[in-house]
Amino acid sequence: MKKSVFVGALATAGVIAGAAFAQMDDSDSTLAAVQDAGVLKCGVNSGLTGFAAPDANGRWEGFDVAVCRAVAAAVLSDPEAVEFVPTTPKTRFTALASGEVDLLVRNTTWTLTRDVDLKFTFLGVNYYDGQGFIVPKALGVSSAKELDGATVCIQTGTTTELNLADFFRVNNISYEPVPIETNAEAQQQYLAGACDTYTTDASGLAATRASFENPGDHAILPEIISKEPLGPLVRHGDDEWADIVRWTLNALIAAEEFGITSTNIEELANGTDNPEINRILGTEGTMGEMLGLDAEWAMRAIMAEGNYGEIFEKNIGESTPIGLARGLNAQWTDGGLLYAPPFR
Amino acid sequence: MADYSYVRKEMLPEREPPASEVGVIGWLRENLFSGWFNSILTVVSVVLIYLILAAIVPWLWSPTWGAGSLSECRDIVAELGKEHGGACYGVITERWQQLLFGFYPEELRWRPILTFVGLFVALAPVLFTDAFPRKMLWFTGAYLFLAPWLMWGGPIWTPLLVAAGPALGFVAFRFVARAAGTLAGVIAAGLVPILWWLLAVGPVAGAIQSVVPLGIELVESRLFGGFMLSVWIGVVAIAISLVLGVVLALGRQSDLMIVKYLSVGFIEFIRGVPLITLLFVASTLLNIFMPPGTNFDIILRVMIMATLFASAYIAEVVRGGLAALPRGQYEAADALGLDYWKAQRLVILPQALKISIPGIVSTFIGLFKDTTLVSIIGLLDPIGLTGSIRADANWNGIVWELYGFIALLFFLSCFSMSRYSMWLEKKLRTEHR
Repeated sequence: MKKSVFVGALATAGVIAGAAFAQMDDSDSTLAAVQDAGVLKCGVNSGLTGFAAPDANGRWEGFDVAVCRAVAAAVLSDPEAVEFVPTTPKTRFTALASGEVDLLVRNTTWTLTRDVDLKFTFLGVNYYDGQGFIVPKALGVSSAKELDGATVCIQTGTTTELNLADFFRVNNISYEPVPIETNAEAQQQYLAGACDTYTTDASGLAATRASFENPGDHAILPEIISKEPLGPLVRHGDDEWADIVRWTLNALIAAEEFGITSTNIEELANGTDNPEINRILGTEGTMGEMLGLDAEWAMRAIMAEGNYGEIFEKNIGESTPIGLARGLNAQWTDGGLLYAPPFR
Repeated sequence: MADYSYVRKEMLPEREPPASEVGVIGWLRENLFSGWFNSILTVVSVVLIYLILAAIVPWLWSPTWGAGSLSECRDIVAELGKEHGGACYGVITERWQQLLFGFYPEELRWRPILTFVGLFVALAPVLFTDAFPRKMLWFTGAYLFLAPWLMWGGPIWTPLLVAAGPALGFVAFRFVARAAGTLAGVIAAGLVPILWWLLAVGPVAGAIQSVVPLGIELVESRLFGGFMLSVWIGVVAIAISLVLGVVLALGRQSDLMIVKYLSVGFIEFIRGVPLITLLFVASTLLNIFMPPGTNFDIILRVMIMATLFASAYIAEVVRGGLAALPRGQYEAADALGLDYWKAQRLVILPQALKISIPGIVSTFIGLFKDTTLVSIIGLLDPIGLTGSIRADANWNGIVWELYGFIALLFFLSCFSMSRYSMWLEKKLRTEHR
């Protein structure tokens, strides 16, 4: 009798647990899961100037954050329906792989191993970055190749560390690394003269230099020693969801190319003579339907924070303290690398 | 008769002690200049202290509370013509709420504040047993379930049903113990509440809520941050780890082999692993082990790990106290005919815990400070928030002001804990020395 009660209790527990597991299985599609939850869980940097940072009221702002908001606007019709999950370089990939976030937009470099071995799908590039050097002008160096024997502040455990070693080896010059942990620490060390030069992504260098008391005393060297295409990524295996994010990003880029801005979008949505604009804005064709969304998905995405150019200008462009030029991130028509495939 | 030339007939009036022996000068002579070597040391120390203060105070004394960005601060400081720059307090003015509460919704911040105030009301009868009526312990008991509800919100039914867990455990103990013996009873008393919490509370609370909706707004763990997060993790881990630690210490001393080796294994394993490893297990490994889609709250995971970590240390501290008790105390308790639990409760633990107070409190202080490690797994505690605040283009480059503010917060908390433990030791010092 006692035994049967125990076995019964075990069986009950088993059935309940089984039911709980079964429940989890039918939310296979990320799109459905996001729409059910009513909120997009977006992994971002816990703090990178211009790309992702909370303001004084706790609202997240930045270049990467804008992509999250655009996707939320496309999928959930509300750019504010985003739960921002701050991630560190160490936790970002497990957060995505385990489903803690639906989408990772965390200045993550697109590399073969991450794409293939870690089983993620990169959905394009929202910022073409590259590794550079900052030096005090007093050092009298005008090219990275003159840095023979220099002490270099370098963040450990990042791709920049490996790029640095490659660069100095290829040019057959020597350097002495000063390992540091965070960007803030690097700024302090560099200003205190613990190293002759500090190397990290050029966008980060620009932001760092902008924070100095006398930015004019420091120069960013012309050499960019690595390719760092930063882009949003999702898990392998849900192509519908990947398509939605990929084409949201493409819509932002294409919107700039075709002159769709957050100010004139209402007007253009009434119909124009340009069929491509009409297709993007959903007045022609069935693009939204194909993606499993409604016709106005791209229009909402663009209205969220503006087109690619507007997002760039607002967060990291030349009018901001960071003051990045468009450079590689200009439209292909302006000599940059941004090239959205056709909406057809 | 001797030939006295002079004999004083009356008492001399009492005179003031010489100025060199009392008052400021006397104190200085006695404490600072009581010999040529000490005088030199004093002068050198004063010069050193002056040099340090001369470097820090002008920097600290900086009227920048209203500045809106680092460059504004620099302008203000430059106008004052300070040589070595000045602190930029504008960042504290703008962000202190964020450093305290993280992203907790502004209109709901009365809830963590109320929880914090309630913490002191709940702790008062425990910490100051003489000054407060014992009836307040009822509030302490209720607070255990009230605090998480206030912090996270949700239907009122959840804390009520969670509170029913121990009651169910007690009922299970009574029934099973009668049917299958005490040991089975104890196991059932542990198992039933856990099964109840894991499997039944959610659905039942949901069902009741759908009939009688009553509750407060839910706040996602993701929004917890700042000093509130440190205190919240710290308090929960401290409270639970004390109980767990005592149980583990007793388990380690136990004659029951399985209990003993389980305790030893647990303590040694946890003490052999750095906290940061456990936190990484909590934040990343658990995610991979659990079925996809499971949403096991990250803060809860961190709390569990911090609690386990602290309880292993507490267990060893308490074991030290147990070992320090003379054997006679154990034998005396046995001679009185007390059973194991009574002997522990009435004779052994009160003395052992008293001996362990300094160790327990330093473990708690250590644990509280260790909560800042959660910044490494992406939770925005005060340390994590400094990174986020610096990412604001206005405040990029600010370091000391933020860390100083956080240091002040932690110092206040840890210093009061340490003072309390000294007071408690003095109060409990009953033996003659």
